Amino acid sequence: MLKNITLGQYYPVDSLIHRLDPRIKLILTIAFIVAVFMVHTLAGYAVIFAFVFWLSRLAKVPFRMLLRGLKPLRFIVILTFLLNLFFTPGEKVLVEFWIIRITEESLLQAVHYSLRLIFLVLGTSLLTLTTSPVSLSDAIEILLTPLKKIRFPAHELAMMMTIALRFIPTLLEETDKIMKAQMARGADFESGNLFNRARAMVPLLVPLFVSAFRRAGDLAMAMESRCYHGGEGRTRLRVLKIQNNDWAACGIMVLLIGLIVLEGILL
Amino acid sequence: MSIEVRHLTHTYSEGSALSAVALDDVSFSIQDGEFIGLIGHTGSGKSTLVQHLNGLLKPTSGQILIDGEDLNGEKVDRRALRRRIGLVFQYPEYQLFEETVAKDIAFGPKNQGLSAGEIDARVRYAMDCVHLDYEKYAEKSPFELSGGQMRRVAIAGVLAMKPSTLILDEPTAGLDPRGRDRILSMLEDLHRKENTTVIMVSHSMDDMARLATRLIVMANGKIVASGTPREIFSQREMMTSIGLGIPDAARLCGALREKGYDLPADLYRPEELKQHLLRLWKEAGKC
Ligand SMILES: Nc1ncnc2c1ncn2[C@@H]1O[C@H](COP(=O)(O)OP(=O)(O)OP(=O)(O)O)[C@@H](O)[C@H]1O
Ligand SMILES: [Mg+2]
Repeated sequence: MLKNITLGQYYPVDSLIHRLDPRIKLILTIAFIVAVFMVHTLAGYAVIFAFVFWLSRLAKVPFRMLLRGLKPLRFIVILTFLLNLFFTPGEKVLVEFWIIRITEESLLQAVHYSLRLIFLVLGTSLLTLTTSPVSLSDAIEILLTPLKKIRFPAHELAMMMTIALRFIPTLLEETDKIMKAQMARGADFESGNLFNRARAMVPLLVPLFVSAFRRAGDLAMAMESRCYHGGEGRTRLRVLKIQNNDWAACGIMVLLIGLIVLEGILL
Repeated sequence: MSIEVRHLTHTYSEGSALSAVALDDVSFSIQDGEFIGLIGHTGSGKSTLVQHLNGLLKPTSGQILIDGEDLNGEKVDRRALRRRIGLVFQYPEYQLFEETVAKDIAFGPKNQGLSAGEIDARVRYAMDCVHLDYEKYAEKSPFELSGGQMRRVAIAGVLAMKPSTLILDEPTAGLDPRGRDRILSMLEDLHRKENTTVIMVSHSMDDMARLATRLIVMANGKIVASGTPREIFSQREMMTSIGLGIPDAARLCGALREKGYDLPADLYRPEELKQHLLRLWKEAGKC
């Protein structure tokens, strides 16, 4: 029922990509997004696609799994496509009737923007699929540590993220369970018009919020009873170290970006 | 209503690295008026199994036949079927959502499309079943009740649909002895007086000894034994080998037999053990 959201869902296998330092992976993901935004030709997107596909093989994550992350965002992608298609001004008209005007420029832009969005999601999905939420927020905390000098709450932010990520699957499971329990009492979540469907959500959302608040309270209590008092003076169980593989990954990313830049110049 | 399960297999998250076989080629059938006790260690697939029986989970392979008709067939109205097969989930108190107890219990009957008068009658009936005083609790918020009371409200929410088969997933888990006793005697009444077929999942062998007419024992997604409580509870080694116990009375009986007392091997109810102990006592001429 709710199994199709891979964003924030760790895929626990052992692979080269899984073993990379999370800090490096995070930085490289950002670099990847930058690379995606530098692409200006369809050939460039083909390179990016090949790269993502290759990474998913290396990471032993089925490509299907990666694509599933797109599903919840399909409306946004379609909307982006349509908005750009209809509202980008241009010269070379392809189709024109009534108030609709599609030009070559608008078509190109629509394709660009939606492809960018798609690769953005694929890239970040790959990161979250291969990096456990805990190491991810560790990485974020370490990368944001310099900002502590200007009183930026890096640790608190990372902790909040860890907790939020940690509870996504739990809440999904809970949603699934409550949904089933209400269906056992004859609730109908699937048919009816929009208004009826929204109203049918009440028996789902109320118990979900109640349990989320209860969980939050329990968690706070459990953390305090284990002497949690913020990030001050906290040491780490696993100290992150940069390995040869990490340098190699950086090298490959530089190569990719170089290729994209070259493509921008040549084509 | 007869329920027949044929070669049911269920795999969670099939085709991914997280896939887990929860049920593995399970077959059995249940007749009208039975009180089935479903037992098995934690993670043996009990909850997964009962969710198949009213169509909330779809089998990976295999069939569930209700009165000979495939539950997952094209034409079957599963919503209508769920009225006849009521399922009370594990920890059902977390499904409460309405402002008042009465409204929450009315959720099921309302979905059935009953008239206001009939709904009210159903709410009163269900609250009476679970021994909740209508006058006192009907207008209370379910969130200000104790855990045990919430549990009873949630069970009432299913009873209000008057299902002919009632499935309960660990209805007594985490309750005090009195709360447990209330729920068990309610089930006993439903089974005896209204001839409701009951399927109960429980970890308490004593509860099973008291109520079940037949036991189905699961381990690692498979059915490993099935039979009357007397047959099952006399197989002490088998039960302990799959991580289950036997009722207190059966254990006491076994310990006494080892000490050489003349008792039948298959006692499992406290009353029958008492009878035999009194007999021994008398034979020894102590009264
Ligand atoms: N939603 C799910 N996704 C993946 N695996 C699951 C899911 N629910 C259960 N499982 C797995 O299926 C197996 C059977 O679980 P199930 O909940 O049916 O056990 P159970 O017999 O009810 O246990 P308990 O006595 O603890 O309630 C377990 O190994 C469990 O890890
Ligand atoms: Mg269970």
